[in-house]
Amino acid sequence: MDSTAVETKRDTAVASPDAGLNVKPSGRRPAAPSPESLGASGDVPTVGTVTVENPLFSCRNVDVYYGEKHAIKNVSIDIAREQVLAMIGPSGCGKSTFLRCLNRMNDTIVGARVTGSILLDGRDIHDRKQDVVQLRARVGMVFQKPNPFPKSIYENVAYGPRIHGLAADRVELDEIVQTSLRRAGLWDEVKDRLSQPGTSLSGGQQQRLCIARTIAVNPEVILMDEPCSALDPIATAKIEDLIDELRASYAIVIVTHSMQQAARVSQRTAYFHLGSLIEVGETDRIFTNPRHKLTEDYITGRFG
Amino acid sequence: MSERTQDLSSATAAIAARPAVARRSPQETQERVAKSLRRRYWAERRFRLYGILAVLFGIAFVVFLFATIVMQGASVFRQSYVKLDVFYDPAIIDPAGTRKPNDIRDADYQALVRAALKERFPEVEGRKAVRDLARLVSSGAAFDLRDRVMSNPSLIGERETQWVLASDDVGMYMKGKLPHAGRDGGPLSAQQLEWIAALEKADALELRFNETFFTHGDSREPEQAGVWGAVVGSAFTLVLTLALSFPIGVAAAIYLEEFAHKNRWTDLIEVNINNLAAVPSIVFGLLGLAVFIGFFGLPRSSPLVGALVLTLLTLPTIIIASRAALKGVPPSIREAALGMGASQVQMVVHHVLPLAMPGMLTGTIIGMARALGETAPLLMIGMVAFIVDVPKGFTDPATVLPVQVFLWSDSPERAFVERTSGAIIVLLAFLVIMNAAAVVLRNRFEKRW
Repeated sequence: MDSTAVETKRDTAVASPDAGLNVKPSGRRPAAPSPESLGASGDVPTVGTVTVENPLFSCRNVDVYYGEKHAIKNVSIDIAREQVLAMIGPSGCGKSTFLRCLNRMNDTIVGARVTGSILLDGRDIHDRKQDVVQLRARVGMVFQKPNPFPKSIYENVAYGPRIHGLAADRVELDEIVQTSLRRAGLWDEVKDRLSQPGTSLSGGQQQRLCIARTIAVNPEVILMDEPCSALDPIATAKIEDLIDELRASYAIVIVTHSMQQAARVSQRTAYFHLGSLIEVGETDRIFTNPRHKLTEDYITGRFG
Repeated sequence: MSERTQDLSSATAAIAARPAVARRSPQETQERVAKSLRRRYWAERRFRLYGILAVLFGIAFVVFLFATIVMQGASVFRQSYVKLDVFYDPAIIDPAGTRKPNDIRDADYQALVRAALKERFPEVEGRKAVRDLARLVSSGAAFDLRDRVMSNPSLIGERETQWVLASDDVGMYMKGKLPHAGRDGGPLSAQQLEWIAALEKADALELRFNETFFTHGDSREPEQAGVWGAVVGSAFTLVLTLALSFPIGVAAAIYLEEFAHKNRWTDLIEVNINNLAAVPSIVFGLLGLAVFIGFFGLPRSSPLVGALVLTLLTLPTIIIASRAALKGVPPSIREAALGMGASQVQMVVHHVLPLAMPGMLTGTIIGMARALGETAPLLMIGMVAFIVDVPKGFTDPATVLPVQVFLWSDSPERAFVERTSGAIIVLLAFLVIMNAAAVVLRNRFEKRW
């Protein structure tokens, strides 16, 4: 890819519109339908540094269409290892849609179309050789609403390792379940009732169970789609602490509506607006010194 | 910009022109609310009343239906028997003394019955009187005696007291269901009534449990007709229907709902499945006649062909219900499974199917209940034939319960009226047992989480 072009843009205060972003889409992916349909907002330049050293994910010129709707417009961003990237923005700005591109969950939506290139460790995730099941084992996901399987707590966590054949025997499986529940900070609360249904837990516990279920597969990235939106402040605090701990071993991308949460848990923040990536930067910098007018308005609560 | 603003300003002007609305006092508002409340509650009460009336109406009809059937059919469970002092006369059974099974089988056992009756009523003289007397006993009595001798030839030359089947008219008379008995043109003559009274006095005629009805196949003689052949035929047919339609229906539903791309072809298939559910059942019978019997040459009147036709009939119901059940599984469960890296099939088998199974089973129960009660398509494929033997396999000629009901309801003998109702009772019992089993099975699947 045109990495040199992107490199040059790093550390420039305000990006010039066409400096690093007009990377050509890889030939295999179909291009956007027509320049007119993109509209004026189709080429909103991203402010800030979209690249990082040694990125895990490297997304260039990503467009997403739901039928006729142009949900993501020409987004380019890198995702670093062992770091939390927060994606913020008003409702309907496309941050969840972009998140779902990263493990190809948009494949399941009829009429959804993704163009541009998304490289995971240098390999295109849309490549024909890239198996989607394997991709999702590498890129785990936690959803907005806690959605444990209607099975026991143990089975919820054991399901991933079992289908991927990660445990050789029952003892190893028990160990994976225990470790995952411990890392999710749920072990002490559920160790005596592993055979009870996962849905019998409280909302916060259910969400931590979903996180335990995700890390049981030992992914490299965890995508979190507003994981605390259905939880009370205490449960939210627990999840946030958990995210902070998990950062040591995983790349985490979190979509959130709470700017305080983004400020608390993330090191990097991306601000989306109407399908465009407006601004990316260090979280501290974004919240203290936003450069784009829209970012500033959103952060200061003028809209959204 | 101006159009919208103009609309708004004209609306504002309209409101300003009616100041009363804006300046209504809180008290006045409350009064209006109270007034509307009364109207709303009245409407609510009326609506509830309609509902209760509808339910009561339905219950009344069900009660009426069941009461009628039970009142007409309950008497079928008892049947009249005559006690005879039978002498197994070697001169009649085996005049040649060979004791060969063929000779024994072909003997005139009716003569034994006549002789036994003559012994009890020695005063009866004349051909007509003797024939009338013999008519009190069922023609099945001779067959029963033959079966006894065939299984135990040493009885020949012995004397034995034996309860044998009375004729259907005697039974109906004893149950009080022959109002015209004894009159001219009635089913029993005055003379016959005297004999019946004499037999009853001697405790040689009584009503007993009707075993024949539950163990025999069909017969032209009502007292020998049983429902067992039809029960077995129904069981064979339904087992095969279930074995065919459940897997095919569920597989089709899963494919259409989970795997097929939504395009014009799947739309067309969906519309046609919905249409098939509304096709008159006799059309399926014609199809079965043309395809399964005409083209493939499968044996007619057999549970095999019946099951194939009923499978075609129940498939749309099962597919539609199964698809609805699959649609009802929350998308969050699918996302969770896919997000964990489950493949499409793993998602369906591990997570979606267990949640959809109760709904699928409900659809199957409805389909099977319909298949059990279906008559018309089976008429087309010959299951309406008069079949005496109880079927022993899927290719034996058979009939099913609703067809048996249809056949008996058409018969002129009075005794078939109660047998028709009796068969309906058996049919309903079959249905209840089948549904109860299905509900138990479904509840076992339906774990609440």
